[in-house]
Amino acid sequence: MNWLVDPLHYSFMRSAFLAILMIGTTCAVLGSYVVLRRMAFIGDAMGHTALPGVVVAYLNGYNIFFGALVADLLTAFGIGWLSRREAVREDTAIGVLFTGMFAVGVLIISLHRSFRDFSGMLFGDILAVTHTDLMLIAAITAIVLLVLALFHKELELTSVDPSYSAVIGLRADWMRNLLLLLLALATVTGIEAVGVIFTSALLVTPAAAASLLTRNLFRMMILSAVLAVSSGFVGLYLSWYKNFNAGAAIVLTGAAWFVIAFVIHHLAQRFRRRA
Amino acid sequence: MTAQLEKTSAPARHYPRIPYSRHRHGPPSPNTPALECTDVSVRYARGDRPAVQGVTLAVPQGSRVALVGANGAGKSTLLKAAAGLLPLSAGTIRVHGSPPGGCCHRVAYLAQRGDLDWRFPMTVRRLVLTGRYVHLGWFRRAGREDLAIVERVLDLLQISDLADRRIGELSGGQQQRTLLARAMAQDADMLLLDEPMNAVDAQTRQVVRDVLRTLSKAGKTIVAATHDTHEIHVDFDEVIHLSCGCTDHAGSIEDVRLVHPRSGLKASVSENA
Repeated sequence: MNWLVDPLHYSFMRSAFLAILMIGTTCAVLGSYVVLRRMAFIGDAMGHTALPGVVVAYLNGYNIFFGALVADLLTAFGIGWLSRREAVREDTAIGVLFTGMFAVGVLIISLHRSFRDFSGMLFGDILAVTHTDLMLIAAITAIVLLVLALFHKELELTSVDPSYSAVIGLRADWMRNLLLLLLALATVTGIEAVGVIFTSALLVTPAAAASLLTRNLFRMMILSAVLAVSSGFVGLYLSWYKNFNAGAAIVLTGAAWFVIAFVIHHLAQRFRRRA
Repeated sequence: MTAQLEKTSAPARHYPRIPYSRHRHGPPSPNTPALECTDVSVRYARGDRPAVQGVTLAVPQGSRVALVGANGAGKSTLLKAAAGLLPLSAGTIRVHGSPPGGCCHRVAYLAQRGDLDWRFPMTVRRLVLTGRYVHLGWFRRAGREDLAIVERVLDLLQISDLADRRIGELSGGQQQRTLLARAMAQDADMLLLDEPMNAVDAQTRQVVRDVLRTLSKAGKTIVAATHDTHEIHVDFDEVIHLSCGCTDHAGSIEDVRLVHPRSGLKASVSENA
């Protein structure tokens, strides 16, 4: 079993394991709402639109966390503002903002250096997580999980029945904005792990796999976190022993879990139909 | 049953409650109608004509009123406006003397079944429990008395055996009973019901009728939009006809009187309608 412990002798690997434990949990638990509320496209967009923020922060020597956070908050409010009067549908607003912001990021990169320097932002660089990053990830994890716990009944009700929640004075749009805010925070941590392009893989894939295996929201959140963290760990070992890109290995392991969950779901349904 | 609900739903509260609505839960005004619409018009953002136009009516507390009319006559729109879900383009609505949404806990609204995401992973019991949320407000969890109320309404609507089933596995009639159970769990003074009998089985129909009668005996006001005119004068005290968004010019008052000669209800049409 030495192969399991070997990587942990290095502090950067210990940091990476700790980071993916927190990031996987945050993204996957929040991802359950993203999947159930059919917000996968927003999750994807949030990752991409962080790019200009990340690039600008990097070029000016700030922590890329804050750059990503500012860009994601602007996206969240931008989507809400563009689609507020139904003249532009929400998915259209997302499509426009997402590509526009990403292009701004690519443009700034092309003006400065080669793409090679920025590959960590695009595809993640979990092995380079610093002590400060760990602190920020821990803070965001705490905030996201605490807010989800405090507002669980409201988030659940506005997801399942927004018109009833409006009748009792609970505004579904406020809960949605809260969710977008949490999504912006979680995405920023996801970028640290797998980069702007793959963040939605941490938000959507584990939760989607979990949704195939359980019909209970709480269990779905737990299972989704387990799947996300385990794909993170497997991905890290693969990158250690096989020299794979860590981000890609994490995303692919998550995708493999999804395929397995899909097969189990399919077989269970066939079995039930026969029984 | 309802007396029991009231008894259990008002325990001593020692810590502050933060209601969802910015309107606090004020005391009821005893002499106001449960629902009062004055020259109400509602226009949807993309509609070329108002869905409801110039409707004036008053529903006394404790009465049972049916809104009837063809599809698109404005029944659902009027109920949604009264529930505070749609803004008015003209006129005023008063619910127990307050504007719509001004006393959320006192009005329960049963939407058409399509408004809900039935695929969401949630059990019947949990969905019925959401009817208690208006009394809990932010940050408070459901207590023992809330759970007891839920069990009692599940029993009343004969869906106790479905309590742990997922809402996505219910038949249409079971879905309707679940939604009515939630409306009852809210323990409201007025129930706005949108097509409660639409496409449900005979058993559900009977259960719903029995429950509405029980509620009415307990002094609750019931306003229901319905297609179903079968035995309508047994189930309701008053019938209001809507057509093309107006209370029917030619027939409404006559019809109301025909169906129910002792009609004390005012249904009128604005001049320009």
